[in-house]
Amino acid sequence: MSQRKAVALISGGLDSLLAARVMLEQGIHVEGINFFTGFCVEGHTHAIRKKDKDKPKRNNALWSAEQLGIKLHIIDIVEEYKDVLLNPKHGYGANMNPCLDCKIFMVNKARQWAEENGFDFIITGEVVGQRPMSQRKDTMPVVSRESGADDRLLRPLCAKNLPETLPEKAGWVDRDRLYDFSGRNRKPQMALAAQFGFEDYAKPAGGCCFLTDENYSAKLVDLWDARGNREYEMDDIMLLKVGRHIRPAPHFKLIIGREDGENKFLQGYRNNYISFKTLSHPGPLTLLDGVASDEDLQLAAQITARFSQGKNADTVTIEARRTNGETVTLEVKPMSPGSIQPEWYV
Amino acid sequence: MAHYELDARRMFCPMPVIRTQDKISELAVGDTLEVVSTDPGALNDIPAWSRINGHKILATRDAGDEVFVTIEICAEQ
Ligand code: SF4
Repeated sequence: MSQRKAVALISGGLDSLLAARVMLEQGIHVEGINFFTGFCVEGHTHAIRKKDKDKPKRNNALWSAEQLGIKLHIIDIVEEYKDVLLNPKHGYGANMNPCLDCKIFMVNKARQWAEENGFDFIITGEVVGQRPMSQRKDTMPVVSRESGADDRLLRPLCAKNLPETLPEKAGWVDRDRLYDFSGRNRKPQMALAAQFGFEDYAKPAGGCCFLTDENYSAKLVDLWDARGNREYEMDDIMLLKVGRHIRPAPHFKLIIGREDGENKFLQGYRNNYISFKTLSHPGPLTLLDGVASDEDLQLAAQITARFSQGKNADTVTIEARRTNGETVTLEVKPMSPGSIQPEWYV
Repeated sequence: MAHYELDARRMFCPMPVIRTQDKISELAVGDTLEVVSTDPGALNDIPAWSRINGHKILATRDAGDEVFVTIEICAEQ
């Protein structure tokens, strides 16, 4: 019998690492697939924030593949993912995370990839009862069905709690050597990781993406409300990850760099947004998203001054720059801490 | 055997890796590709991707604001 092939959804977390390893143990040829939605926690912010630069930075999906000794295919789904996020048939989780639709979409993509590349089945690191939305006993069959993968979708870590799949029925894999993990307890996974000798694996606190993050979701909703539509581009997604976001009025928002790495990053957007920098004191770079009158510019300059090292000075000199490169110099009194309304913080 | 260049500036990981992967899928064994990126993370991620997919890293260079990675295509895609 020729060696059977499985494509594994690799997120960079422990579960997908273990699931792929369990298949390798059974002599299956495994290759990984990793989807980039634009909201993934991987990469990005590590690169932007300077303080993170001291930490060794790695892409956990690539790290997982390297540990497993398998190929990894990273697929850009930024454009197609918009429809998943904007119109999730099964709704959202606790925040703006459309986890169930997202899983269906990804498994469907993996299924198509498997068909095009001559792979026999798909595996994921899902565990029954682990996640409130997409990994429940009643939603796991929904993923199998609506993705079109049906019984070609195998979850090695909890297969024994689920009906037999094609790879088991056909004898490609041995059901007895699959697992019956369930619930939120992570101990069985940790024990299995120890057994396989995996150390130093990623332990993300929330889900695999920013959409499970409450603050991030609030910023995304604020952006849509302010624009009056729910369109977004990659730059929008990126900017929501960076800086303090302060909205002093419905028609404009300020994005204020918190340290050098962010300031440098924001500087790259000066031709797209009105920007502010402090001249008399070290301070942040601020972008203004929206439309602004002269008064608004004054207010934005005062807020920028508030977050500069001149915050206690009588006046701070600020350069405001329009997107066409024209600049005006403003002498402003930094806004007092009490004047920045708590509800302005997005 | 030809040499190619890929401009992955102003993108953040994993986009430079994705672009590298897509470009390499069009190249032949023995070709070389130099990728330039403004995300310092590319200095780890592109070599990691190349290793697991069977390609050889000929050189990496950190020039401050930009990083360069040169890859020799080894495996059939
Ligand atoms: S956490 Fe994000 S990437 Fe993961 S399933 Fe939910 S929406 Fe998809």
